[in-house]
Amino acid sequence: MLTKRIIACLDVDAGRVVKGIKFKNLRDAGDPAELAKLHSDSGADEIVLLDISAAHQRRATLLETVRRTARQLFIPFTVGGGIRTVDEASAVFNAGADKISINSAALADPTLITQIAARFGGQAVVVAIDAKRTDKTRWQAFIHGGRTPAGRNALDWAREAEARGAGEILLTSMDRDGTASGFDCELTRAVAESVRIPVIASGGAGSVQHFHQVFQEGRADAALAASIFHYGISQLSELKQQLLSQGVPMRWPC
Amino acid sequence: MIAIIDYGAGNLTSVKKAFDWLSQESIVTSDPHQIAKAEKLVLPGVGHFASTAALARSGMRDAVFEAIARGVPFLGICVGMQWMFNGSEESPETPGLALLPGVCERFPGQVKSPHVGWNQIGISPSSLLFRGLPNQSFFYFTHSYRAPLTNANVACCDYGGSFSAAVETDRVFGVQFHPEKSGEKGLKLLANFCDL
Repeated sequence: MLTKRIIACLDVDAGRVVKGIKFKNLRDAGDPAELAKLHSDSGADEIVLLDISAAHQRRATLLETVRRTARQLFIPFTVGGGIRTVDEASAVFNAGADKISINSAALADPTLITQIAARFGGQAVVVAIDAKRTDKTRWQAFIHGGRTPAGRNALDWAREAEARGAGEILLTSMDRDGTASGFDCELTRAVAESVRIPVIASGGAGSVQHFHQVFQEGRADAALAASIFHYGISQLSELKQQLLSQGVPMRWPC
Repeated sequence: MIAIIDYGAGNLTSVKKAFDWLSQESIVTSDPHQIAKAEKLVLPGVGHFASTAALARSGMRDAVFEAIARGVPFLGICVGMQWMFNGSEESPETPGLALLPGVCERFPGQVKSPHVGWNQIGISPSSLLFRGLPNQSFFYFTHSYRAPLTNANVACCDYGGSFSAAVETDRVFGVQFHPEKSGEKGLKLLANFCDL
């Protein structure tokens, strides 16, 4: 059976993983390459590296970080943050990424999705949508790290992204992000039922139950989290075992 | 020397990196002479079946066909495996290598497509490629078209019905999933291919 994916996200600033990290036995607690390998070894199905550096720092460090991280990583590896052109995407793929994630740049120029998909395949293009609830059943897409409304309904934009060739949607609930109060299952389900490509739910993970809910009620194909995996290596494998015991199909043992 | 065949579609970095990790010498090439000289051939594939048309135009198709006839081990990955069949509905005008009968088809409408993620496969115990890998192991898939079940099938996957996850005949192998992205088990499979 096709399993639900658990994706570990590394937020990287100037080549270093940020957010509370309490790994033991690490030579360098903030090193993306080491953390990615540890997550992979403990059962992560996929790694997403999100570069949150200021624009002027980004070019210098990102490609080298991607190269070092990819070298010892043999599970799918997605890189996002500030990719604006086919050439920039191409450089990230050449450094070892399997997929790129685009957000603001795709909203500014939706043909970018098609251009990258034509060259690298639709499976390599993840369109990230930062969505904020505006009323009971509507969500707006935001750009620039959630600072600016894009003037687009999140569901409409997800459908357009699929039509333009996106391979997956990475859907972040801005209302839940950082709260550890659970994924927005209504948002996730609304998007999952609007498109035929996989939907990765993000924002709000705080417990095993939250993952269970977003897979069952939210119809998510995958769920992404960052900070909760940084508290201990064992947690990711425990999460997968508990979900499996609750009847969620998981890749376990890996 | 393993030749990783580059026909201008997608990203071959991951496949090269996996062979580097296994300390196996490999080159990425689109030169028919390099293909003719190689000890083993790998045809990766991401993207559209139509992109395999470049193999015929460049003379690489003939070089691959001749190498296989000489008994050079060949591994097709994803679209590279689909190319071993007669063709694909994805691009009916593009012929495959026709080592295996049948045409690759789109997934049925009742399941989401593409099939993306980790799925389990049922493995034939006699397979050389899967030596030492447990039945029902998980591998990473990402594809919208699937190959039919034939006599050469050595692994089955279920998604909207059963389809071929791997084929094996003489020294010719194909996998629908991405061994280079399937963790330790994928690396083991590639190591098995290197050991042939």
